[in-house]
Amino acid sequence: MIQVNALTKYYGEKAAIDGVTFQVQKGEVLGLLGPNGAGKTTTMRILTCYMPPTSGDATIAGFNIWDEPMEIKRRLGYLPENPPLYTDLRVTEYLEFVAKIKEVPKDRIPSAISSAVEKAGLTDVVNKVIGHLSKGYKQRVGLAQALLNDPDVLILDEPTVGLDPRQIIEIRELIKALGGEHTVILSTHILPEVEMTCGRVVIINEGKVVAQDTPDGLTQRLKGTERIILEVKADGQQMEPIFSRFPQITRFQLEDSKNGVQKYVVETTEDIRNELAKAVVQNNIDLFELHSESLSLEEIFLHLTTKEEVA
Amino acid sequence: MRKTLAIFEKEMRHFFYSPIAYIVIALFAVITGVFFYLYLSSFVQAMIMDMIRSQQFRTTPQKFNVNLQLIRPYFWNLALISLFVLPLVTMRLYSEEKKNGTVELLYTSPLTITNIVLGKFLAGLFFYIIMLIPTMLFMGLLFVYGNPEFLPVVSGYLGLILLGGAFIAGGLFISSLTENQIIAAIGGFGLALLLWVIGWAANFAGPGMASVLNYLSVINHFEDFAQGVIDTQHIAFYLLFMTLGVYLTMRSVESIKWRA
Repeated sequence: MIQVNALTKYYGEKAAIDGVTFQVQKGEVLGLLGPNGAGKTTTMRILTCYMPPTSGDATIAGFNIWDEPMEIKRRLGYLPENPPLYTDLRVTEYLEFVAKIKEVPKDRIPSAISSAVEKAGLTDVVNKVIGHLSKGYKQRVGLAQALLNDPDVLILDEPTVGLDPRQIIEIRELIKALGGEHTVILSTHILPEVEMTCGRVVIINEGKVVAQDTPDGLTQRLKGTERIILEVKADGQQMEPIFSRFPQITRFQLEDSKNGVQKYVVETTEDIRNELAKAVVQNNIDLFELHSESLSLEEIFLHLTTKEEVA
Repeated sequence: MRKTLAIFEKEMRHFFYSPIAYIVIALFAVITGVFFYLYLSSFVQAMIMDMIRSQQFRTTPQKFNVNLQLIRPYFWNLALISLFVLPLVTMRLYSEEKKNGTVELLYTSPLTITNIVLGKFLAGLFFYIIMLIPTMLFMGLLFVYGNPEFLPVVSGYLGLILLGGAFIAGGLFISSLTENQIIAAIGGFGLALLLWVIGWAANFAGPGMASVLNYLSVINHFEDFAQGVIDTQHIAFYLLFMTLGVYLTMRSVESIKWRA
């Protein structure tokens, strides 16, 4: 559905994105992940034909961004980072305007509006002036706007920013539900969001794609290191000689110490929970907790992005 | 066409949902009203003085012509006030969209730049015509109590609308260059004033330059309309001016998109 091919965009001397390449299948929800300033918004602005890239190209729904931007725009729903709202209009007036400029046939406008309003959960506020709405509702109006023309492709730039936790959950559910019927690209720097909503992740850092995989796949990839959380009743340096007995342990760290109970995070190359437990007990140390923890996407993200910074 | 109309309609809503429209309309009505009163009073006074004089010295009273001595200078006055007020109409036309980020919606919708710019220009022009309505009521009074010629009034308004269109096209262009409304207003006013006084500079320029400057002066082309003469040459000038303004706005919008 979407093919992005070596997109590069320079702002003056500085490359905002450099050779970004990825594909999105029809009905897929793709997460663009990266820290602020990584080039997510730039990528999205190019895909929405808001601005042209310096080089490279992209094809959306079979249309090239250089040759037929109009055709792409017809099949596109876009929610920019700041929802593009006219704060002096009422919600219905605004949606009516958007429906007109998005070429929704005249007789279908009322039904298109009511369905978008329902999907975005705006039923209670349709007659309110947008400027009087809360941030969360404004974001929803932005989302309703993107859904109005029943687009093949939805591009959402940080759709959950500024929402309260309950609204975030609702919007994520909505996005998940939109996949399948629509092809969705969403950008975020909040990792749980990707884990919860996206079928695939493209991680961008400093304008370059650093990884792309399913959320599970990415976790797997970094499975080389195993993390074990260990809580013991020990004092001082008692644990250190025990750890040093295992060559598999690459790193350990005292995370917390409360009422004589120490919490360690141990990184190992393989799962040694059984042996570790034995060793602890044999040394007459009380064992409180022992479990392994797979790396969350958040950590992968830190991993991937901090590496670049160090280099 | 439908999309241009959608933009037009949206702009009209912006005008009338914000207090600016009412302030501008009220301001324009009050100022033009006061001037109308003053012009009318001095016209009537001159007539009475002449009557008294003619009775004292047993001379025949002068002929007073409402069109020539009241309506014509009043049209000039309206043009001048428009010069001051129109930048307030055009200042937000484009810069507000840039400031609020709503350009992202416009540029990612299946709209052409022509749709956007033309819709905005027509909205500005239509708003100006609404602004002129109170002055038409003042003129109406002259027809109720006097007997002026009708056609020069029509030509005067045609001239005003064309002149206003030129100012609006220029102001829209300035507005498309900045996201700051104040700068857009000052710039629009500066441009209009410059084009107004450029004819004056013609007095001090060489013969070749003088004719160019005279042609460029937006106000020189207004003279005939105020006098009741509709000359296609002047209509062409204003239409050309508006086209140029709209065209430059389109190019500026496009170039900003590429520079972004």
